[in-house]
Amino acid sequence: MKEALNIAGVLFIALTIAAGLIWVERRLLSVWQDRLGPNRVGPFGLFQVIADTIKLFFKEDWVPSFSDRPVFIMAPGILIITILLTFAVIPFGPDFIVFDSNIGILFFLGNSSLGVYSIVLGGWASNNKYSLIGAMRASAQMLTYEVFMGLSLMGVVMMADSFSFNAIVEAQKGGWFIVPQFIGFIVFFIAGLAETHRLPFDIPESEGELVAGYHSEYSGMKFGMFFVGEYLGITLISALIATLFFGGWLGPSFLPPVFWFLLKTFFFICMFILLRASLPRPRYDQLMKFGWKVLLPLSLGNILITGAVLIFFK
Amino acid sequence: MNIFFYIAATVAIISTIMAISGRNAIHALLFLILSFLAISVVFYLLDAPFIAALEVIIYAGAIMVLFIFVTMMLNVGLERKMENKWLNPRMWIVPGLLAAILLFDLILALKVSRTIPVGNQVIQPKQVGISLFSTYLLAVEMTAILLMTGVIGAYHLGSQKKKVMHRFLEKKIKTC
Amino acid sequence: MLSILRTIWLTFLHIFHKTETVEYPEVKPYLPPRYRGRIILTRDKEGEERCVACYLCASACPVDCISLQATEDESGRRYPEFFRINFSRCIFCGFCEEACPTYAIQLIPDFEMGEYDRQNMVYEKEHLLISGQGKYPDYNFYKNAGVSIGVKGKGEGDHEEKPLDLKDLMP
Ligand code: SF4
Ligand code: SF4
Repeated sequence: MKEALNIAGVLFIALTIAAGLIWVERRLLSVWQDRLGPNRVGPFGLFQVIADTIKLFFKEDWVPSFSDRPVFIMAPGILIITILLTFAVIPFGPDFIVFDSNIGILFFLGNSSLGVYSIVLGGWASNNKYSLIGAMRASAQMLTYEVFMGLSLMGVVMMADSFSFNAIVEAQKGGWFIVPQFIGFIVFFIAGLAETHRLPFDIPESEGELVAGYHSEYSGMKFGMFFVGEYLGITLISALIATLFFGGWLGPSFLPPVFWFLLKTFFFICMFILLRASLPRPRYDQLMKFGWKVLLPLSLGNILITGAVLIFFK
Repeated sequence: MNIFFYIAATVAIISTIMAISGRNAIHALLFLILSFLAISVVFYLLDAPFIAALEVIIYAGAIMVLFIFVTMMLNVGLERKMENKWLNPRMWIVPGLLAAILLFDLILALKVSRTIPVGNQVIQPKQVGISLFSTYLLAVEMTAILLMTGVIGAYHLGSQKKKVMHRFLEKKIKTC
Repeated sequence: MLSILRTIWLTFLHIFHKTETVEYPEVKPYLPPRYRGRIILTRDKEGEERCVACYLCASACPVDCISLQATEDESGRRYPEFFRINFSRCIFCGFCEEACPTYAIQLIPDFEMGEYDRQNMVYEKEHLLISGQGKYPDYNFYKNAGVSIGVKGKGEGDHEEKPLDLKDLMP
């Protein structure tokens, strides 16, 4: 019974945040660009989300005749499923977790590496030059950044001595991991940006050159799933940052732990949006170069130093 | 638990068969990924969660993406005729024999290992790490060296000489 | 690296900036009197149509969206039988206004011309013609031109002298 409640709670929170982000992002972006943003539908334009959803539902759900039909239909589903699955291992509170796995971080890494398929296959199945180019970029970019993502988390794992998210949060009772693992945090943040292919790293869809990249051919709710998937991805990465480096649900006890967790998560979501508002998109080769020449040595060095320090003080 | 094992195993077998017999290369690869996922579930049910996760991350997540990446760029339709030519029955004899020997081996091995019980304790990531860096240290180091050669080779292939000039100017200079 | 952080910080500071958006239907923008918007045909002080159907506007129009047909009334005064402007083609360049010798055709500060049916963008004379004088009050073409028509003889204009009697010796 409790598990069912937890599942429902996690799903509800994740999906609400993801849907709300559609509105939050547009409003925040407009604040940073001296605009107003959507403010017509409902109070503060809050119902814009509903209007958008209705619009997406009533659009023609077109599967191109030249596409690879089963793969084309499957692709957006993979994205949503892999991201939602990862939410299962994230502790929203001390008891508010669907599945306290002892390989939590690996579970997340596995799911995020499976998430690549959604984009690669979506782009390939569309049978469209631009989509294919987008898919190729996505596969290279996400494979690359997955490596650093995994490596950057190993410092945290070493310090907490566990792959389980709850154990990691417990280990931060003495102090958040952001201080000893600052480099890990930076690398993870950048890799998270690239994994969710958010601006400034939205090279797979870069609308300036590739129409809409891998989802050029998608319409209706299939596009909507990619759309929501992106926001779910942001929420996920922000939740992970909050959990791994900022003490997750830890916080002063006058408010419930879930609140602290959500507050931290929301802060990082805003950071994501701020980055979108301020930074231009790098070129594709610059991104790869940055990854392999800067982030890889950084994260390896981080592991090395963390390990050395840990052994020294043992 | 057993029922899950059988489901996963059946999925693995069926999807592997589909992967082998599929005509569409990408679909075949997708079935292969599915079979990897199923195998990872099997690993998990055998109380080896670490291996299960690695199976997903490395095989299903990283290596198969590269396969798909390459296959995406090939024109799959063209290869079909070639395939039919290569796959005439005479070609099957030697590989078939070899495969039969392997199968025989496998059955023997299974018979022998029957007595070893599997999955009576959960193998934690830590244990895997410790055994990797003590018992199997040599193998790990060898693999590392092998990977290093790969990295150096990739660097050599991928490195470009720095071009100071624009390529149009270059051509002009060559011609005159 | 530092410049990236600086960019992010500067963007963040935009929270405290004023928004530039004008919420249009509620807040109307200020349009200067010489704004080039919807086109009207004006009348002179006496309430007669100013347009003399000279076709100058139609030939000046770069997109050929004006069409008219000249005719005359009993007194010999020219006026357009029909006058049609297709606003879905008009680019609001104002050339017609510059070409017009009688200040009849004028552009006014009004741009709210949205229509659901494209055919409704074609304005006929009764839509264009207003009863006022528009931007140039007190101007009457016939009072300034030397031509004699039924409503006005020679020398009866505003800045005109009586025509000379050539056969007379008196100055
Ligand atoms: S404003 Fe320009 S385009 Fe419009 S009717 Fe006059 S001359 Fe033609
Ligand atoms: S509006 Fe002016 S330019 Fe056009 S026909 Fe009439 S008098 Fe001539």
